[in-house]
Amino acid sequence: MNKPMRRVGIAMITMVVLLLANITYIQVVKADQYRTDSRNQRVLLDQYSRQRGSIVSQFDGQVLADVTETDDKLRFLRRYANGPMYAPVTGYYSVRYGSGGLERAEDDILNGEDPRLLVRRLSDMITGRDPRGGNVQLTINPAVQSALYNSMTSKGYTGAAVAMNPKTGEILAMVSTPSYDPNALASHDGDDQQQAWSRFSDDPKNPMLNRAISETYPPGSTFKLLIAAAELENGATADTPVSNAPNVKLPGTNVTLENYGGEVCPGTTFKDALAHSCNVPFATFAGQLGADKLRQTAANFGLGAPLSIPMNVVPSSLGDLDSQAALYQSGIGQRDVRLTPLQDLMLSATIANGGMAMKPQLIKKLLAPDLSDLQSFSPQELTGTPALSPQNAAVLRDMMLASEANTKGGGKRGNIQIASKTGTAEHGTDPKATPPHAWYTAFAPAADPQIAVAVIVESGGNRGLEATGGTVAAEIGRAAINAQLGGG
Amino acid sequence: MSQPPLPDPAAAVYASNPPRELPTRRGTELAMLGFAAFIVTCAFVLVQANQEQELSWSIVWYGLAYLGLFAIAHAAVRRWAAYADPLILPSVALLNGLGLVMIYRIDLAMAERATKASRDFTAAAPKQVLFTALALALFLAVLIMVRDHRTLSRYGYTAGLIGMVALALPALLPSSLSEVNGAKVWLKLPGLSIQPAEFSKILLMIFFASFLVAKRDLFMIAGRKVLGVELPRARDLGPLLIAAAVCLLVLVFEKDLGTSLLIFGIVLVMLYVATERAIWVVTGLAFFVVGCLIAYQLFTHVEQRVANWIDPLATYSNQGGGYQIAQGLFGLGTGGVGGTGLGAGRPDIVPEANTDFITAGLGEELGFIGLAAILMIYLLLATRGMRSALAVRDTFGKLLGCGLSFAIVMQVFVIVGGVTKLIPMTGITTPFLSYGGSSLLANYILVALLLRISDAARRPAQRARPKQPPQQAPLAEANTVMVNRPPAGGNQAGEPTA
Repeated sequence: MNKPMRRVGIAMITMVVLLLANITYIQVVKADQYRTDSRNQRVLLDQYSRQRGSIVSQFDGQVLADVTETDDKLRFLRRYANGPMYAPVTGYYSVRYGSGGLERAEDDILNGEDPRLLVRRLSDMITGRDPRGGNVQLTINPAVQSALYNSMTSKGYTGAAVAMNPKTGEILAMVSTPSYDPNALASHDGDDQQQAWSRFSDDPKNPMLNRAISETYPPGSTFKLLIAAAELENGATADTPVSNAPNVKLPGTNVTLENYGGEVCPGTTFKDALAHSCNVPFATFAGQLGADKLRQTAANFGLGAPLSIPMNVVPSSLGDLDSQAALYQSGIGQRDVRLTPLQDLMLSATIANGGMAMKPQLIKKLLAPDLSDLQSFSPQELTGTPALSPQNAAVLRDMMLASEANTKGGGKRGNIQIASKTGTAEHGTDPKATPPHAWYTAFAPAADPQIAVAVIVESGGNRGLEATGGTVAAEIGRAAINAQLGGG
Repeated sequence: MSQPPLPDPAAAVYASNPPRELPTRRGTELAMLGFAAFIVTCAFVLVQANQEQELSWSIVWYGLAYLGLFAIAHAAVRRWAAYADPLILPSVALLNGLGLVMIYRIDLAMAERATKASRDFTAAAPKQVLFTALALALFLAVLIMVRDHRTLSRYGYTAGLIGMVALALPALLPSSLSEVNGAKVWLKLPGLSIQPAEFSKILLMIFFASFLVAKRDLFMIAGRKVLGVELPRARDLGPLLIAAAVCLLVLVFEKDLGTSLLIFGIVLVMLYVATERAIWVVTGLAFFVVGCLIAYQLFTHVEQRVANWIDPLATYSNQGGGYQIAQGLFGLGTGGVGGTGLGAGRPDIVPEANTDFITAGLGEELGFIGLAAILMIYLLLATRGMRSALAVRDTFGKLLGCGLSFAIVMQVFVIVGGVTKLIPMTGITTPFLSYGGSSLLANYILVALLLRISDAARRPAQRARPKQPPQQAPLAEANTVMVNRPPAGGNQAGEPTA
């Protein structure tokens, strides 16, 4: 009986060797694959227990996001000051749902894994200090941000507002309403996180959508700035005569395109047409310029090109422009033309900057944990090709000053010269019965622009079908200008 | 066998003298137990340090409980199985201790979670200490009551009957009395729940051993040749086949695939050892394959297990999918070669971390090195058992010892193989490591029997101690006694003639 028993003994050894071989395969060969699997919470939890860097404003060093030490396993709780106000800027950081917005875009710096932080990490390891993440300094001006956020939310508007320094491309504010509180997602309580997540994602108003860069809208009359720039570059002047007819027939169709309210345009020059936002002249201009010239000008404004600030910006688009009728309708920012609010802002900002589009940027500096500089960002031209000459930019600025003079709405200050353009964009399947989007894009002071701003209030805000860019959106844009220029 | 004995002077001395007294090796056992206690204590301290807790008094209480229990076990072995293998008990003590540390460590994580969710939490570790105490009491009882393992062979059929009834009981009882978390393998008594299958496994081994020993010659001689293979007569094989079939059917109805695989493997091995015919293994495996195919067709849960085995990551988010196995693999992968360190990993993410998946947790925190070491301890334990079985003189002891030793490795293979995706996952306990009373109690009984067999194997056949001449009472105080007639051919003291 000993012989089979010895064989059983060998079988036992074989079984254990099989197990050993298998765990070698799993823990040595395949270990990395399992360790880095996105569903493996361990790595994430490890990261979450590291002291994450802060997100601060370049003005007054105001802190938008930082951590506070807790006594639970995750050690550091992410905190957002004024969470909903800055959520479109900061994004969120959640154990269960990962990260979004800037938290994701600059994750390597914030969690300390960026190669530029490697040396410090090594020294931390040697000195036994807990590794920490780097910090991100933003271009955001809290005064402008809160002015925009408060005016949007005080009236319960759904929409977005962006402001930037037209000379540098530094984004001064980025607001999207309604917003959400990233603090709820950062909670260390799994159930709280889950509740917050479903509350935000089930909300039909989609508070987690960053409307400023992730949503496109028909720009309406604000798009006339682009047509005007193309027309000026094409040789027109402020005094070029235009038709004041109340409507024009779209070529190749029986449909007519009307001025706002079907009115006769109060003037007969190019300048009057922009000042009163008459549709007929701009539709005609677009038709005359043709698709290629429009596309060229649009491209020089940065329209359609991929952009990251460093969050990715959804590209704006002109649509197909496949017929004269399409060109006519596109000329007033309708049909298939769709812009992000940021791109709409870049129309006025480029004009403010003498015709050269600057690359929008949200980050001023990347800082090491000890606040020493890792990288500073300097202003960059967006395309390198001016969208219009400085002379034409000045002409267009004056036309926008006239437009502002015709624009109603509150918030005007006598001492600040604003150049602006409003827009009232039809949308939806039944445009005449759907409250229009109200737009306002502007820069100030006209002589030496310090701030450009674009505002969209979706579906008429609180004015319904009667809403116009001037009555709904202008007041919000002016609030931002006043905040930046110290007008209060 | 036919070799003439060598004229070895040592052999001559051996033959002419009474056998030398074999060392009992109890000192070795004590030293190894001390070593095990040292490792377990270090593990405990590490857990507490890594969990950023101050070293608390619990370390002292757990430590004292551990030392106390194994001191008693050691004393019992010294007293009642003095010649037992010196490595078996320390191996068990180390495994049991590491299990306790891991259960305690998972308690800490679970307690923290519960506090955060403001839920109530009952720690498992104190209960496991209690189970260990109970198990050691049972261990003592077996050592004391079973003075000679051969007596067990007399109760073969009784053991088989009780074993089968216990195995079948959960299947027959209503779910309210037998089901916990969907597994219908329990016997819920007021105050405690037990898994009778754990005990059945030992009773059935006793039955198989005694049955096979009794019928061994019949199997080997009284068969017919079929296709050149000698098969035993059906009536000799009948009870064995019936018992095996009943076990398997019961387990299929209870959906307890792990235990059924375990018992099947043990029966096969014992049959092979008893008959010395490999054809049994081949036939058995053929039956097994057919059975697997049928089960795969019939039962969705078998199909599911197989799908989870092939690719747990693909079925990750399915109902009853590979989530648990995948989490176990993530843990093992994160642990890598060196592990995260005790108390520094997150084994609590894996569901059932302190029972079925305790090896995943150990693999995460101790790494490949630690897990391999644990597997080697099991192998050591089983091979020491096997060695004793080889050395013991009676066939029943051999067969039982072989079955018990193989059962240890088989359990480890089934569960660790399942956790590490070597074979489809079937839920059984990891002997001595995982949390649970029945498993611990049963496996301590198993170890007590192994120790008993190894004691019998190493105990000198004859009392080595030279017999004292019978004490004579001083003549003055001597009673008048009837003088017995000396037995024919024997000496005065009634000692067997050598």
